[in-house]
Amino acid sequence: MAQDYFTKDHEYVRVDKDIAVVGVTTHAQEQLGDVVFVELPEVGRTVAAGEAAAVVESVKAASEVYAPLSGEVLEVNGALEGNPAMVNEDAEGAAWFFKLKIADVGELEKLMVRADYDAFVAENS
Amino acid sequence: MSMNSQGRPTTPFAGSSKDAGKTVQSDTFSGNKGLDLEEALIFELPDNLDKTGVDLPEPPDIASRLGGLERQDVPGLPGLSEPEAMRHYVRLSRKNYAIDMGVYPLGSCTMKHNPRLNEQVARLAGFADIHPLQPQSSVQGALGLMQILADYLLELTGMAGVALSPRAGAHGELCGMLAIKSAHDAVGSTRSVVLVPESAHGTNPATAAFMGYKVKTLPAREDGTVSAAAVREALNDDIAAIMLTNPNTCGLFEPEIVAIAEAVHEAGAYFYCDGANFNAIVGKVRPGDLGIDAMHINLHKTFSTPHGGGGPGAGPVVLSQALARYAPLPYVKREGDLLQLVEELDAAVSDGNAPLGRLTAFHGQMGMFVRALTYMLSHGSNGMRQASEDAVLNANYVRVGLRDALSQPFGDKPCMHEVLFDDTFLKGTNVSTLDFAKAMIDEGYHPMTMYFPLVVHGAMLIEPTESESKATLDQFISTLQALAHAAKSGDLERFHTAPVHAPRRRLDETAAARRPRLTWQPPALDEAAE
Amino acid sequence: MRYLPLSPADRKAMLACIGVAGIDDLFADIPAAQRLVDLVDLPAAKSEFEVAREMSLLAGRSTSAGSVPFFVGCGVYRHHVPATVDHLIQRSEFLTAYTPYQPEISQGTLQVLFEFQTQVARLAGMEIANASMYDGSTSAAEAVLMANRITKRSRAVISGNLHPHYRNVIQTLAHHSASHAMVLPPQPAGEEAISDTIDGETSCVVVQFPDFYGRIQDLRPIADAAHAAGALFIVVVTEIVALGLLKSPGEMGADIVAAEGQSIGNGLNFGGPHVGLLAAQQKHVRNMPGRICGETIDAEGRRGFVLTLSTREQHIRREKATSNICTNSGLCALAFTAHLALLGQTGLKKLARLNHANAVALADELACIDGVEVLNTSFFNEFTLRLAGQNARDVVETLASRGILCGVPVSRLEPQRPELDDLVVVAATETNTAADRQSYVAALKEALQ
Repeated sequence: MAQDYFTKDHEYVRVDKDIAVVGVTTHAQEQLGDVVFVELPEVGRTVAAGEAAAVVESVKAASEVYAPLSGEVLEVNGALEGNPAMVNEDAEGAAWFFKLKIADVGELEKLMVRADYDAFVAENS
Repeated sequence: MSMNSQGRPTTPFAGSSKDAGKTVQSDTFSGNKGLDLEEALIFELPDNLDKTGVDLPEPPDIASRLGGLERQDVPGLPGLSEPEAMRHYVRLSRKNYAIDMGVYPLGSCTMKHNPRLNEQVARLAGFADIHPLQPQSSVQGALGLMQILADYLLELTGMAGVALSPRAGAHGELCGMLAIKSAHDAVGSTRSVVLVPESAHGTNPATAAFMGYKVKTLPAREDGTVSAAAVREALNDDIAAIMLTNPNTCGLFEPEIVAIAEAVHEAGAYFYCDGANFNAIVGKVRPGDLGIDAMHINLHKTFSTPHGGGGPGAGPVVLSQALARYAPLPYVKREGDLLQLVEELDAAVSDGNAPLGRLTAFHGQMGMFVRALTYMLSHGSNGMRQASEDAVLNANYVRVGLRDALSQPFGDKPCMHEVLFDDTFLKGTNVSTLDFAKAMIDEGYHPMTMYFPLVVHGAMLIEPTESESKATLDQFISTLQALAHAAKSGDLERFHTAPVHAPRRRLDETAAARRPRLTWQPPALDEAAE
Repeated sequence: MRYLPLSPADRKAMLACIGVAGIDDLFADIPAAQRLVDLVDLPAAKSEFEVAREMSLLAGRSTSAGSVPFFVGCGVYRHHVPATVDHLIQRSEFLTAYTPYQPEISQGTLQVLFEFQTQVARLAGMEIANASMYDGSTSAAEAVLMANRITKRSRAVISGNLHPHYRNVIQTLAHHSASHAMVLPPQPAGEEAISDTIDGETSCVVVQFPDFYGRIQDLRPIADAAHAAGALFIVVVTEIVALGLLKSPGEMGADIVAAEGQSIGNGLNFGGPHVGLLAAQQKHVRNMPGRICGETIDAEGRRGFVLTLSTREQHIRREKATSNICTNSGLCALAFTAHLALLGQTGLKKLARLNHANAVALADELACIDGVEVLNTSFFNEFTLRLAGQNARDVVETLASRGILCGVPVSRLEPQRPELDDLVVVAATETNTAADRQSYVAALKEALQ
């Protein structure tokens, strides 16, 4: 059973055993506006938690997507590159960015669960 | 994810009322509307690949010496006869707004009148029809002009040295920062951080980062200025420089600038001043007297050279005594009766200099030097000071005229040459800064600078310049008052559909970026690429 | 003062409206100790005719190219610019507009840029081009930085036959940005062994076409060697008219073309303003610096143009921008586009043939002089002379004193290489006449005796 976690930088992490699916939250895509470009990491790259791993751009904003956890990039969602609008349509579903093989499950403790993230968003908007 | 959202819709339909995106049937057969004429791309006009609008003598038949590399393909460049070309580009020109047509109050961009004497003088053969590499003995007049311009800039800024060659403001900024880095390098200092206030132009952090510096952001005070205490706090022996815009991008003169300069120098760092707003203070105060080490001057802002729809600019840099010797090649110096252009490292070193290198081929934007100097001679010392005073007077007149209708982020107090408003007055109206700006287009005005500086939500930065009359400003003010009133009274249609009286309605920037079409393709090819 | 609309009465009324006693109250934030009391020490305002007279006198102290036999090139070329072009760039709507950030009322400038980008891409044989750069040298330097970003490598290999100023600009930026530019020695006559210097660390190879000495070589082998090592191939063109007659860099394998566009539409201007061209393959667009114009539609579905892909740029990316550049050379780009639209490919080719024919004739005439050797076997409108046993700088000065501007001594640009002291780079364009050539030949003969 997958469990969702969130970062203060508005990434979500869907964890199933030692695999994490990473994307940006629905709230994040609303803030960005119409997404026009997504740049994904190379498969096989090892990233550290907090490291810039992808880029998401709207017309007037460019944002880094940070790796929420350390690990190796197993797979990227190539569909996003041809159809960046998916991020606006289904940010927390079909528009995932990349999958990580989690190096240290202990890092999950630093992330928020959904209720905490919702409260965090409410507080900061 | 790091957020850098500026909250502005980028499709024509976002946030608009329901019929904003409706295709309106053109009510003429031609698609033209009187003086509003549609014009195709030159590539779409038929049968022009064999045509030319330039008469040339027939070249003699010779055995070519092109090394067997003659071009075989057809590049696909259409030609137009002279009347066709003239009409094509004149029609296009009429789709532009321009200073010569009306108020162009772009804050920080300084859209002042461009005197036509400058254009005439710049076209004199002795300035326009001379080559940068013809013998120096044959270009003494041109070198003389560079020397006089340099002297004028030094007198106006109170600095020790000047580098004329940077081709634009950002290029000048790079030049000034490279001089600072060279000065650090010369004493073996490896300082790695540059302080930049959060209200700075984007070029500042971009320039520092290009040179390998880490950028540390300085917070602004509640009144939009930088405090000497905050600078002192941020300074340490790893800080190479501070980059400060003065007057700043909120339109305010930094009141603690002298104390900031002293603190920066005490800490062994240098003070770079972004001179984009120098036009507010020419003849009122000299940057050199404030303790600034390097400052670029946008000749196309302060000294009236035309913006040309996006360049060419010119960005000479003035340097303090400590930095003057690092100025890039080339530079002009007097050698007896002759002026000499120093182009070689060895010659510069024997002058006691240590040039940071070369930033461009040749000697800089001569055409802009001529225009700027012509402006300076026309205005003179008294006129230049009066121009600064009038620019500040006009901005404050707009401030007072609009302070009740709009809202100011830092309270109501005197500004310099530009006045900053925010979107607080639009709160709850469902009208955004962007909508407000587009409605100004329908009223016959170019919008002000929007969403800059980034530190102010929904920023609107208005710079009227000294070129506007009181009557023009009165009309501008009353129009903006009326628009603010319309927004507050729920007249949404006016804003969400705007502009309707322009060659185009709002353009879909999202579509442009999602699927970039950057060159014209024949329709068949274009479809194949879908 | 003729540029200032406010009258003394206006000023007084406005100050009263603002609620201050005098103008200096508005400058109160300037520290009193530094505020200027007196005027700066410069002359007072002058009338239009006084300024015109003063500037005319200054202009008269230089020898203009049109007044003498003129054969100077090396990156800036004297071509005829049609009168229409100068009229168009002085249209108020083009001259006095800002960067087209409000596309609804800037479609004129934007459509010109879209035409410009298409023309530049086609001329260079590339897929896309940006809306122009400051000039050719900064365009070349930005091309190197772009290649470094794309390849994530930092060692550029620079041909020794690249224009020395261009090389210096690349070296200056490399020196201050922790990248490396490996420059080969100049080879005015021999072959450059560029391919041998390319390795797995090389980000790009930069070659000029035709090169600084005027020579034309097939670039395909160098392109192949660069690509085999995973490096990009950058071709620099300083005389863009050459591409009317010569194979495009794209056809020979260029990944990026950085060029000076001055020759089309723009005068000599003592070196500026000019217009840098930058073209590339579509896949590299997001690493391209500078402004880019793109096609889109408006709210009524009509075609229009906007500046696009601006997230690359400094005003959004700030310290992560592809470049700190925030201007192009808009008006010079308009001059380029209007002139090229007048020429068309037919006129451009004819213009290029005229240039080549004039240069061939001049080379043959000069080669007959004792002590003069033409180094080039191939060239377009520019070639290199060896004046055996002479200091070329002195010869050029001598001819200048006789009213002939005969070329550029290589030592002016390569002062550290005494072996090049006897070389002169000579250019001929459509503006030169047979009489110009005869004066040149006669004067050079005399100077060498």
